[in-house]
Amino acid sequence: MQRKVRDNKAWFLVLPVFILVAFSAIVPIMTVVNYSVQDIFDQNTAYFVGAEWYREMLRNPALLDSLGRQFFFSFSVLAIEVPLGIAIALVMPTKGRMAAVSLILVAIPLLIPWNVVGTIWQIFSRADIGLFGYAVNALGIDYNYTSDPTAAWLTVLLMDVWHWTPLIALLCYSGLRAIPEAFYQAARIDRASKWAIFRHIQLPRLKSVLVIGVLLRFMDSFMIYTEPFVLTGGGPGNSTTFLSQALTQMAIGQFDIGPAAAFSLIYYLIVLLVCYAFFTAINQLDKAK
Amino acid sequence: MNWMAWTGVTATFFSVIGCILIFMTILEIKSPTLEKKGFLPIATTRGDKLFISLISAAYIHLGFLALVDTVLWVALCISVLWSAVVFRWG
Repeated sequence: MQRKVRDNKAWFLVLPVFILVAFSAIVPIMTVVNYSVQDIFDQNTAYFVGAEWYREMLRNPALLDSLGRQFFFSFSVLAIEVPLGIAIALVMPTKGRMAAVSLILVAIPLLIPWNVVGTIWQIFSRADIGLFGYAVNALGIDYNYTSDPTAAWLTVLLMDVWHWTPLIALLCYSGLRAIPEAFYQAARIDRASKWAIFRHIQLPRLKSVLVIGVLLRFMDSFMIYTEPFVLTGGGPGNSTTFLSQALTQMAIGQFDIGPAAAFSLIYYLIVLLVCYAFFTAINQLDKAK
Repeated sequence: MNWMAWTGVTATFFSVIGCILIFMTILEIKSPTLEKKGFLPIATTRGDKLFISLISAAYIHLGFLALVDTVLWVALCISVLWSAVVFRWG
């Protein structure tokens, strides 16, 4: 049971942030909502269409495909990056000079800007001049990410795994370092196996950082734009066109402001729901502590 | 405000949301909320229940738009009923 709050004056301290958020988020969202119910031709010509754009967007097969692709991509990314990040954190040295060296090496991909990552992988994966593409083809595997959707998907996934697994690894590394030595001593006295130590000591203690890591990676992968846009341009066909790219094409490429506003609000609601689920999970974990 | 492309419907929508938030703030000052555990899987405050009700309403409306061709008054009624259930037993 929470104690009753007797003095609410501290809420006035939140006022500056509220004003800032109002200008940076609330007013723009209100504008998007206004756009989403109108057919906008220019600044002075707009016709009210009600919920028509929402209906059209929710029944648009191309956008629903993008949504499906987006969920599949985000879950694939999590399924690979989380176990891999934990594994890397577990084998990283904890003491001596190598600990610092490994931390720097692991962190390097995180420091590279998104568009540069896309360019690196675009060149790296090319079958004619790229080391990775050339090597895979030399092994007898027909690999060309510009014409084969499966190869394009694998390349985008591989690129994301290379770019963002270090984040999970570093979060887990910090979580592992926070486990008191006494826990390991107790495990040694009990002659616990490495798996038992991982299962009963390390993994439960990593829960909090993993929830934050999964949240960050889900949100980021769900809003991915730059890397696949630079690497594949959404192709071949629409096979790697994710939500952000489909939305950008609609809003800026075709200048369909009304439908794009409706779809961006649907997108926002999905992100909001997932955020709330994770926020609740983090709160529950804190309470359990 | 012309650049925000306001319409009567969206102005009413945001006014209602604004009024709800002001009402909830006054209520919170007059009678601070306590966390309670109902049929929802988490213990919730009054604010949590409002958020859950609003986001549920949004999804109910989207569901209707995606699957059914009827007018949205039905979705609105279901949303209000669901909100009442969340506030009473959630």
